[in-house]
Amino acid sequence: MFTPHTDAEREEMLRVIGVRKLDDLFADVPIAKRYPKLDLPPALTEIEARLQMEEFAFGNNTAQERACFLGAGAYYHYTPAAVDAIIRRGEFLTAYTPYQPEVSQGTLQAIFEYQSLIANLTGMDVSNASHYDGATATAEAAVMAYHHFRGKRTRIILSPSLNPQYREVVKTYMGGYEGIELAGENLDPLGNPDDLTALLNDNTALLIVQYPDFFGRIYDFTTVIEKAHQFGALVAVAVNPMAMGLLKTPGAMGADIAVGEGQSLGLPLSFGGPYLGIFATKKEYVRKIAGRLVGETADTEGRRGYVLTLTAREQHIRREKATSNICTNQGLMALAATVYMSLLGKNGLKEVATLCYQKAHYAADQISKLDGYEVLATAPFFHEFVVKCPQSVEETNMHLLANGFLGGYDLGNDYPALSGHMLIAVTEMVSKEDIDDLCEALKEVNNG
Amino acid sequence: MNIPSNLKYTNTDEWVSVDGNVATIGVTDHAQEQLSDVVFVEITVSVGDKLAKKATIATVESVKAAADVNLPVSGKVVAVNEDLPQTPELVNTDPYGKAWMIKVEMDNPAELDGLMDAAGYEKHTRE
Repeated sequence: MFTPHTDAEREEMLRVIGVRKLDDLFADVPIAKRYPKLDLPPALTEIEARLQMEEFAFGNNTAQERACFLGAGAYYHYTPAAVDAIIRRGEFLTAYTPYQPEVSQGTLQAIFEYQSLIANLTGMDVSNASHYDGATATAEAAVMAYHHFRGKRTRIILSPSLNPQYREVVKTYMGGYEGIELAGENLDPLGNPDDLTALLNDNTALLIVQYPDFFGRIYDFTTVIEKAHQFGALVAVAVNPMAMGLLKTPGAMGADIAVGEGQSLGLPLSFGGPYLGIFATKKEYVRKIAGRLVGETADTEGRRGYVLTLTAREQHIRREKATSNICTNQGLMALAATVYMSLLGKNGLKEVATLCYQKAHYAADQISKLDGYEVLATAPFFHEFVVKCPQSVEETNMHLLANGFLGGYDLGNDYPALSGHMLIAVTEMVSKEDIDDLCEALKEVNNG
Repeated sequence: MNIPSNLKYTNTDEWVSVDGNVATIGVTDHAQEQLSDVVFVEITVSVGDKLAKKATIATVESVKAAADVNLPVSGKVVAVNEDLPQTPELVNTDPYGKAWMIKVEMDNPAELDGLMDAAGYEKHTRE
């Protein structure tokens, strides 16, 4: 229950801090900005407001209504109805780990299971209770590496095929640290990961690569990681967890940190969030990770129980010395991913990943046969690939939208050299007919 | 409580043992008693680092608290106890022996005069 302060309490507080009246607290805000006139339309009744919102909603072109070939970091997958039914249960429906966490054993158990599943999926020793999204989890890897070397190593190499949004967020996070140098931006985006090894030196704290990369390509980073380790640097691999159902894990490649966007594990696209930041690492770095970590233990009577562990630095005792003060996790989204993974199981996840892989390869084959289109298959790929289009991507997508398709991502947005190139994603949600129809529509674009 | 008479002490519960120009540093028996079971030690400096007095040299975490270890005298780090992070419980069992943390070559041995002797420290722990 929300209990507002009484006038007497307000008076007392003002007296303690030596302020005469409440308005004086806002003295630093220019008068003109203090009570701006808001240009709002007249108030609506609930019925009117609802009708208006529905009208807005009908204007959307959603992935449910159109065949979706748009990905670039967020993917349209099928979510079993049980995921939503379970996370909506009153016992679970909260975004936060409770402030007295051990009272909520069910929540802690769910997080523990999430951590175990993610550690298994990525081949790492330990996963934290999650971050906001793939971009912030990637930035936490940079923060962790910086503190691991106590600020003595200042170079962070970002693969040019790392999701451009992740790059931006890493830049923002690391902008607060002195002398950090972010390298790798000038490399050929479609180049080979071996290009990155030329940037390694004794001052390198972290190398960040993506797998499958932003263009959908699959590389085995084992030798790149070995080279980075020869320089004493850490390596973080940003993964699409869906692909982990099928591919060699970052752990098996020797990565120090695995991060990633967990949205593909049963979360809706939902205009870009809330999503789920995956963060897993080796046991030797467990005390360096940010955020929450749930552990399993036994109580005095030997019964199984769950506790928050290793949080002393982050929150309770040494806040000012913590490497990161992030302690929120995406509790509800982590739960959704846990339910999704549990329902699908090891084989189910592999099956979905295989469907994505095969459909994407069928689509690439068909598109490569079209006049004027070129599939840039420079490496094996998972469920996303780059197509060079005869017309601008914008025009192509307008035509596709008019014909019932959500077209691919315009790579010219982030990579000027790749203007006219479209990134096409294919998941289990599109059918063979959808792909064949897409090819027909692409043909029409080329023929004008 | 064990307070060896041949050591010097700080009011933040570090001990110093002096051998010529080299000072060895650790935390006291009183400190480990206050902390209870130590589960983690991280030495945050390396051999060759030149440090001023009061610099943080290590972090000690127990099941109920976390504390920084500070350098009682300025100097250059000449040795670090690499084994201690693997066996943090030594801080509880052998605080003045195997749980030494670093050795420094002192810049100014006169700084030792500002530290407490065993009697002074014993009095300090009772305050």
